[in-house]
Parts: sequence; structure tokens; C-alpha cells
Amino acid sequence: MLANTSIPVFEQLFNELTKTLPGDVFAFLPELVLCGTVIALLLGRLLGTDRWIPGHWTALVGTLIAFGFSFNAALGGIELSSVEATAEISRSELFSGLLINDGMTIFFRLFLLLFLVLVIALTVLSGIPDNEDGPDFYTLLLGATIGMMLMVSANHLLILFLAVEMASVPSYVLVGFLKGRRASSEAALKYVVYGAGAAGVMLYGTSLVAGLLGTAEIDQIAGKLSELTLTGATLRTILLGVMMILVGLAFKLSLVPFHFWCPDAFEGAPAEVGGFLSVASKGAAFALLIRVAGQLAGPAAVPPEIPVPGLEGLAISLAIGLGLVGAASSTFGNLAAYSQTNIKRLLAYSTIAHAGYMLLGVSAMILARHAGDTDLARDCVSGVLFYLTVYLFMNLGAFAIVALVRNQIYSEEIADYKGLAKQAPLLCVAMAVCLFSLVGLPPLGGFVAKFFVLAPVWKAGDIHPAMWLLVGVALLNTVFSLFYYLRILVAMFIDDRPTGQPVAKPDSVDKLYVALVSIPILLLGASPLIGKLSQAAEDAARDLFL
Amino acid sequence: MDDFHILLPTLVIFAPTFGAIILALMPRDNVEGLRYTALTITVVTFVLTLMLLGGFDFDDPKMQHEVVAAWIPNWNINYQLGIDGISLPLVLLTSFICLLAMLASWSVTKQVKGYLILFLLLETGMLGVFMATDFFLFYVFWEVMLLPMYFLIGIWGGPRKEYAAIKFFLYTLFGSVLMLIALLMIYYNGGQHFDLVGLAEQAQDPEGGLLVDLTMQKWAFWLLFIGFAIKIPSVPFHTWLPDAHVEAPTPISMILAGVLLKMGGYGILRIAFPLCPEAVGHASTILVAIGVISIIYGAFAAMAQTDFKRLVAYSSVSHMGYVVLGMGVVGVVGAAHGEGFIGSDYWAMGINGAMFQMLGHGVSSAGMFFMVGVVYDRVHHRNINEFGGLASRMPLYTGLAAGIFFAGLGLPGLCGFVGEVFVVLSAWQFSKLMAIIAASGVILTAGYILWTLQRVYLGAEYKGPHEEALTPIRPRELIVAGVLLAFAILLGIFPNTMFSIMDDSIQHLANGMAGKIGS
Repeated sequence: MLANTSIPVFEQLFNELTKTLPGDVFAFLPELVLCGTVIALLLGRLLGTDRWIPGHWTALVGTLIAFGFSFNAALGGIELSSVEATAEISRSELFSGLLINDGMTIFFRLFLLLFLVLVIALTVLSGIPDNEDGPDFYTLLLGATIGMMLMVSANHLLILFLAVEMASVPSYVLVGFLKGRRASSEAALKYVVYGAGAAGVMLYGTSLVAGLLGTAEIDQIAGKLSELTLTGATLRTILLGVMMILVGLAFKLSLVPFHFWCPDAFEGAPAEVGGFLSVASKGAAFALLIRVAGQLAGPAAVPPEIPVPGLEGLAISLAIGLGLVGAASSTFGNLAAYSQTNIKRLLAYSTIAHAGYMLLGVSAMILARHAGDTDLARDCVSGVLFYLTVYLFMNLGAFAIVALVRNQIYSEEIADYKGLAKQAPLLCVAMAVCLFSLVGLPPLGGFVAKFFVLAPVWKAGDIHPAMWLLVGVALLNTVFSLFYYLRILVAMFIDDRPTGQPVAKPDSVDKLYVALVSIPILLLGASPLIGKLSQAAEDAARDLFL
Repeated sequence: MDDFHILLPTLVIFAPTFGAIILALMPRDNVEGLRYTALTITVVTFVLTLMLLGGFDFDDPKMQHEVVAAWIPNWNINYQLGIDGISLPLVLLTSFICLLAMLASWSVTKQVKGYLILFLLLETGMLGVFMATDFFLFYVFWEVMLLPMYFLIGIWGGPRKEYAAIKFFLYTLFGSVLMLIALLMIYYNGGQHFDLVGLAEQAQDPEGGLLVDLTMQKWAFWLLFIGFAIKIPSVPFHTWLPDAHVEAPTPISMILAGVLLKMGGYGILRIAFPLCPEAVGHASTILVAIGVISIIYGAFAAMAQTDFKRLVAYSSVSHMGYVVLGMGVVGVVGAAHGEGFIGSDYWAMGINGAMFQMLGHGVSSAGMFFMVGVVYDRVHHRNINEFGGLASRMPLYTGLAAGIFFAGLGLPGLCGFVGEVFVVLSAWQFSKLMAIIAASGVILTAGYILWTLQRVYLGAEYKGPHEEALTPIRPRELIVAGVLLAFAILLGIFPNTMFSIMDDSIQHLANGMAGKIGS
């Protein structure tokens, strides 16, 4: 069979390559630029040029160029969508369907690269890594980001696995980057062991799903699902495969019960790395989850009046299951955070809780998609995207302040933050902005984000009443979360600084950076910028469901 | 309308924010300069609100000075402001009390810059609540005032400040969360917009409705009511109030009692009632009961206190009970006049009484807290049993204090009287028993206030510590107390100054609701 058709296949391949490859490579430019930067960093190490050009400059320039390319692509996308107003045009498959280039890819690419720029700037300010370790650190950081960028554009189960691994492996090293610190090494080891386990499970899950459906392309899962008769062994197998894939993603998202690595890893890792992992890795994993979960609800072509029996059960149980995991994550995260004394550990639990809130959006999306309400499904996705964007600023802000304060007072214990507001008022006010935004109080971005995620979830309650309950749990959690965020602020603002404690005197560059990160939180909570970002998030979600 | 009048509501709200930014840029050592700048800002804000009054058409029950600008277009969220007869008196009260509280803020000496900035941000939040006509914007302003208030109590408060501050924060946040759920219900059932005026018209449309499903409407109403009742505060949601008041610094207590509590009552009139009219009809009996219980419980609790400030705090619970009672009358059908009787005129009377009670209480409670603060600044304790004989040591102060406490008591001719009478009269039309119990609350009030006056101001001599510090009242304190007393008298003698503003809008509301409850 193969032998007979080998020549046409070869011809076809050749034609495809020559026809589509240049365009594909052009769309892939941001990732390629980052790869080039990594090579430059390593070569600099080899040739010794990193003595003259510090690693962070190479990394920063490379990332900015990549950002420029993605921004250009984003502008192109906007133009297309406003003129043609059709989704098909801005959505394209790259490398014969391995990757996908649509609104969401563009959105997340910008998200990741902007974040990378901010993180690199933070590491320059905070001095981790030093000049000696710089190239290694930035190689890992950029490498992980390339993996995440592949995650957000993955359209093939194989790429899904490869991208997750590519993002994870450098992360393990980053967590253990502070060599010679026991806690750091322990954290890294824990992360590796958990990660390896989750990766194995996920790989098995992909093989089950791909084997059963006869396709590994993610955007064809929905169609293939509806062709199967989902009963008996088939249903069980597909359910097992899907759950195994979700376990892998849940590990990346640090959802209960796959969160155990998270507090340890965050406590052991430098705050800069914690900030990076908590935002970038979560963002990428959510992108992937949205793509996969959107397919599992079945094709939109099936009207809700004629439910495919097995598929309906699959979609609803998946939605409710994810919703429960989300509610459990936010509840557990908030409760566990309450008793923490180390601020990084506290923030780690807070990230678990926030992943839980966002997961509710994904679960409502599955329901809406299943019920054929595409508009609602888009609202859910755009809510999650908005949340992630605000989350970028508020979480990075919190971790950045932890890092900068650590450089001043050499401690990451909440007890040592007492009375800081008198010595470093701007840093503390910025911390208050970040933390209140994490609670979800207006006029800060966190409130708007929570509203945009939870409102569609509430609406999805019309489809399945469990969603109403989930919104209630999420809102109650908001109230509870106030306790532990306030503990930090009480220490900073209300308590007096004990005598003999080191004095915090942040540089003006530090202040500038912190202001730069926290002002967007205010703008995304009380300015017309909300409308702009919300529109962008909706545009990004538009191509997702055709 | 010219440009200035379109900008005016925005200016009113953001003048204090602008002032806060100016203060943030000033050096923190120049304490007097900071204080006078902040005072100027509050004066400017007050003048701006007076200009709102000047441009107000007393005969138009609808929203005036309307501003609508798209804020988040894809969610239909607007930056939408407006003033009607219900909100204008409260806007005036807010800027007025803030001005006086700023004058009283000279007693704050710790971290003055931060204090003043938060104070002004708080004023922005409160003014925004009273002027927002977009539900989402209302919610944002409602929460905005939480953060400054938390820090104002938490940093500048008394010994148990942290506990009091977080209790206040948690109660209010919990209430807000309930309100948020109701907001989502209303948004998705009302055609996905937040325009309060439009939503009210939808809800009161005899043909259609906003929350057509009555069960859903009842849920929405109770969620909203609890959210607002926490702020009022009504029994059983009142326990945060005594703690917050006792620990808060004097000017913040003035704002808390004078303005913040009114936001609860305002929220009920602006949102819960117009948007859920049918549910009000079903809930009114319970509302009346809650009001009466608050009156009696607050009065008894006040009587049992030995802490001067706690006593005044419980008196607020009691006085705000009249507000709930006056509003609870709305929707009572039949009762004293037989089946099917719709007395929307009496409802309007009840709301008028509730509104006037809020204004009167705003003046008298702010005054009472200020008077407590004046002696506390001198002797640093508030134990009623250790006072006595202040009349001979501080005669002028005692005279003013007696006047203000009588206003709180509800003496005819002073501001506390009018509201209570209106409320009790309208309650009489529907339930004589409730009216009698509510009226007897006045006797209890007289009991604890007279007893307090006797223990604190009269008597042979002062029994507590720091006797030497009992100096006569200072000019700045005299101004604050004098102005408050003057307004207490003015409102008591000329209640129509306020009724003429409110009446049309309130009648409009009562009629709208009657159309829905009666059918």
C-alpha cells in the first residue's frame, strides 16, 4: 500500500511543504526568535561574550523582538476580523495541522511574551540570577516559555504532550535554581517526581483517546466523538483517556487533588520563579484545557434537541466534575492559606484558589457548548482570558514585591513584614493593590475579572442548576480569602516595626517597576480599558467555536 | 444644559479623589498644610453639591443631571449618574458631614497624610453610591468605600481596632456578595443591562416584569435586603456596628453613623424596592417586624451600656429601625382598612418618614459621636459611670451636647421628631400594634438619653481620671457642634426644606410599586 503510493505521497508532501511552509514558518517566527535567543545565550557562554553583554540583555532583546512579531500578527488579526468579520480567515493550521494559529494563540502569545519581559526586568532588579548564572537562568526561562507557547497553539495530542514536557522540564530546574539550598533542591525534586508521574498518566491518556478516536488532532475530537456509539467499554475507555489527559493539565494548574507540589515548590523556589510559574504556566495550561475541553462537549452541529446519549452524559459529567474540582480547589486553597506564615507559601495556596475560580469558567463553557449556546461559551472563555490577564499583573506584582522586599529585609516570613508601610510606603500600597485585587474588590481588576468569569457561570445555571451552587461557593470563598490576604496587610500597615529589624529602603527603580505592574490593575478595574481588553478577549475566543 | 452642568456630577464625585492625589504629592511633614488642603477639598465638594441643589428641579420626580457614557460596552455597563429627590438630600448630607468630620479631624495626629488621603477616597465612594444609576457602577462605589474604611478603623482606631475593622469588612463584604448574586439575577433576567432607571421601569411595568418568576424575585429581594440591612444595620445583622463605632476615631464614627448607615436605606429604596416590587408585597410584614424589633432591641441595648460611644452606637441601631419600619410599610395591603386596600399615599408617607429619619439621624448621630469625641479627647475614657459634673466644668459644651442629644431623642422641634412621627403615623394605618410598639420605643429612647445626660453632664463633680484636662470647648469644636445643632433645629422646624425635594420622587416610587403590588 505504502510502496505503491509512495511517490504521490512524496509529491504531495513536497508540494505542501513548498506551498505552506514559508507561511507557516512566518507565523511561527516569535517562537523561532526565542529559540535563536536561547542559542545566542548558550553561544555567549561558550565564547565568553557574556562577560561584555550580560545574559539579561540578550534575553530581553530577544523577547522584545519576539513580542514585536506577535504584536504585528495580532494587529493583522484585528484588521482581518474587522474587515471580513468571519472567523475562518484568521484561523489557520500550521505544519499540516500540528499547530493552530487563531485568535487565542495570538492572545496567549502576547500574554506570555509580555509576561516574560516583565519577569526578566524583575530578575534584573532583584539580582537573581547573578551575572555568572545569568545565561543558564535565561536559557531555562526562555526554553520554558517556548514550551508554553507551543502549549497555547497545540492542535495535536502529540504536541500537547511535547509542549507540556518542554514547559515542565526547564521549570523543574528553575525551581531548584538556588544551588546549595536544601529547601530549593527538595522543592525541585518534589516537582520532578510529581511532574513525571503526571506526564506519564497524561501520555497514556492521549494514547487511549487517539487510539479510540482514530485521530490525534485536537480540533477533530468533537466530530469523531459524535461518530462513536458511546456505550459500555468505549465510553469507559474514552472517559478514562480524557480523565488522564485532564490529570496532566490539572497538575500544571495545581488543582486539588494534584496540588501537593505547589506550596513546596513555591516556597523553595526564588520568588521570581514562583511568580513566573504561577502565571505563565497556568495561563498556558488553561489555553490547552480550553482547547481540549471545548472539543469534549461534542460538535456544535448536534442540536441539543437530539442528544447523543453517551456524549450528553460525558459532557455534563465532565462539566460538573471540573466545576466541583474548581470549587474544591478554591475552598481548599483558601482554607490552607489561612494558616501559612511564609508569604510565598501563602501565595502558592492563593494560586491554587485562583485556578479554581477560573476552572469554573471552563466548566461552564463545556455546558454552554454542549447546550449549543455558543455565545455563552465564548463569554466563558473570554472571561477566563480576562481573568488571566489581570491575574498576570496582580500575581506578578505580589511576587515581585516579595522578591524586592526580600532583598531588603532578607526574609519572606509574614511576621517580618511588620510595620513595613512606614519604611517603604509605595511598595506596601502596591502590595495592598495586588492583594485586594486578588480578593476581588472593586475598583481593582480582580473584581472585574471575577465578575466576567462568574457571570457566565451563573448564566450556565439555566442549563444545569449546579452552576448556581458553584457560583455561591466561589463568592463565599471570596469572603473567606479576605482573612489571609488581610493578614499580610495588617502586618504591613497596622503593626509597628519591632526595633532591631533591618530597614527597608527600596531603590527608585524598584518603586518604578512596582508602580508599573500595579497601575494596570487599577486601570483594568476602573477605566475604559476594561472594555478594550474584554473585547480583545472576546475576539480571541471567537475562532474557538466555529 | 451647558458643559459644566453635564460635568457637575462627575466633578462632585471625583473632587475628593483629585484632592487625594494632590495630598499624595505633598510632603508628609507639613501636617497643617495637609489638613487645610484636605479641608479646602471638602469645602469645594460641599459647594459643588450645593450647585447640584441649585440646578435641581423640585417638581420633576425623575432623574436629573443625568450622565451616560459607555464604560464596558460589550457588557452594557455604563458610567451613568443621576440625581433625584431620593438621592439629592443624601448627597448633600454626605458632603456636609464630611466637611464637619474633616473639621473634627484635627484630633488625628498619627500619619496624618495617609489618614486624609483615605478620608477623601472614602468620600468619593459614598458620593458615588448616592449618584450612580448603573447597578454595576453602584456596586463598584459601594465596595470602593470599604477599603478606606477598613484602614481608617484599622490604623487610627482604638485598642481593639484590628478586630473591629475586620468585623466591619467581613460583614459588609458578605452583604456585597449577596448583592452580587442578585445583580447577576437581575442582569440576566432584565435583558442584560444595568440601567437602574430602565430596570425599575421594566419591573413596574404592569404588562411585563423584570423578575417574572416570583420565587426568583423573592430570592433577589431577600439577597438585596440582607446586603443592605447589614449596612443599615438591622437586627440581627447589627453586631459589627458597636465594635466599629467604639474603635473608630471620632471623625470616622461621625461619617459611619452620619452617612454610611444611610447607604443601606438608600440601597433599599433605589434597588431592592423598585426592582422587586411584588416581592416587597410579600415581605412587608417581615420588614415591619424587623424594624420594630430593631427599635426596641437597640433601645434596650443602649440602656445597658456603660461605654458612652457604645451607647450612641446602639441608639443608631434603634433609630435606624424607624427607617426599616417606614419602608416596611410599603407593600402592606389591607390590614387596618380591609381587604384590597392600597394606600400608596401612606406608603409615600412611610418612605418620606424613613428618608427624613435618615437625614435627621445623619445630623444628630454625627453630633452625638462628635460630642463623645470631645470629652474622650480630653479625659481618654468613655465610661459613663465615671463622668458627672461636666456641666459646671464645660458649660458651653454641655449646652450644645444637651441640644444634640435631645435631637437624637426626638424632641419636637428638633430633627429626630419629624421622621419618627411620619413613620409611626404611616405604620398606624396598617398595624396599630406595631405603631404602638414603635412609638413606645421613643419612651425608651428618652429613658436612656436622659439617664445618660444625668450621669455625664449633671451631678456634683467629675469622678473619673484626668480631671485637670477638662478644658472648655475650643473654637474649632464649637463650630462643628454649633453647626450640627443649628441644622438639627433647622430640620426640626422646617422639615419641608427636605420634603419638598423628596416628595415627588417618593410619590413616583410609591405609585410605581402600587401598580405592581395591587394587581
